[in-house]
Amino acid sequence: MSDTASQEALIGRLCGALRPVRVLPAPWKRTALWVVVVLAAALLLARVADLPSYLARLTAAPDMWLSQAGAAATAVLAAWAAFQTSIPGRPARAALLPLAPALVWVGASTAGCLRLTPLAGAVPEPPMHALECLKFLLLVSVPLVSLLTWRLACACPLRPGLTALLAGLASAGAASCLLSLIHPFDATAEDLLVHLAAVLAIIALSRAAGPRMFKPRRRP
Amino acid sequence: MRSAQAGDRAAYQAVLRASVPVAAAAARRMGVPPDVVDDVVQEVLLTVHRALATYDPARPFLPWLRAITVRRAIDALRRGGRSRAREVHDPDAYLNHAEETPDMYDAAEKLREADRLKAAIATLPPRQREAIEIIGLREHTLEQAAGQTGSTKGALKVNFFRALQSLRTRMGSDGDV
Repeated sequence: MSDTASQEALIGRLCGALRPVRVLPAPWKRTALWVVVVLAAALLLARVADLPSYLARLTAAPDMWLSQAGAAATAVLAAWAAFQTSIPGRPARAALLPLAPALVWVGASTAGCLRLTPLAGAVPEPPMHALECLKFLLLVSVPLVSLLTWRLACACPLRPGLTALLAGLASAGAASCLLSLIHPFDATAEDLLVHLAAVLAIIALSRAAGPRMFKPRRRP
Repeated sequence: MRSAQAGDRAAYQAVLRASVPVAAAAARRMGVPPDVVDDVVQEVLLTVHRALATYDPARPFLPWLRAITVRRAIDALRRGGRSRAREVHDPDAYLNHAEETPDMYDAAEKLREADRLKAAIATLPPRQREAIEIIGLREHTLEQAAGQTGSTKGALKVNFFRALQSLRTRMGSDGDV
């Protein structure tokens, strides 16, 4: 079959498989829906969390609220960038947006470990508790990143690796924010390392598995 | 494109047909080899079909199509790069490769050597010729040869080694005797 004939045959097949489609909502709307799910999870956690103690910890030192704000902004901007990069023709520069808040998040968390004065209202972290944090971060991130990947697969990520990486970063940031609700301890180096390992593991997992999820199930 | 998104097949066909030359030209500009351009175009058409819902009718169509083409062209170039790294195209190597089966010159040389050996055997004394024919050429054992000729094993052995020495001398030191 000549190339023109095979193209015509393909066009015929594609036209035959055409179904009316609904234009996907704008990336910010899709991001907002995911953020609503994260907020719902936060509301559930707030029922078991000591909110006054949480607010006291946040305001006790600048690094606390800065790391929280950084993680939250990273989650929102990375999710938005992931949705943005899942649409053909949208600039990939959007992927750079979460970098600044991610730096604030990591920087403030590191500064918290270096702080000489202990945090008012924080209790000493029991030994091996960092592993509990690791479990929490992984268990919360997996459904969040799965949801995000599922929504991203509805679009057509042309850079699946980048989109999946951003989805992982968004979920890790959101999971970190949720953890802080029930984490009444001052920052320690062990804690920071475990959090960092968890975040990197989530990003790596998403980067490895995401592109497979983005592949079309069936070709026309 | 808006009509295509609503399910209008004729409009969709027109969009896809119009996309073919645009995608082909963009792929060629990106350095996709001519024999791969059609594959890229087909990949672009498939991606357009899959990404139909991502097109925003409020935005221009061409940047959307171009973005798809660029990615598919990059994929094709990467695939090409990988296969070039694994496979070597060297027609001269095929021509210069020595054939493993013997050629007609080798066969002629072997026939000539065989004739020389036959002639040399024919000039041997009768006892030596008999020993070399039975033991060397027919590969019989000393016992069998002794039974056939009526000679002793020792006499056969002596005649056989004398025949070998004579043949080596006549065929030359590099002879295959």
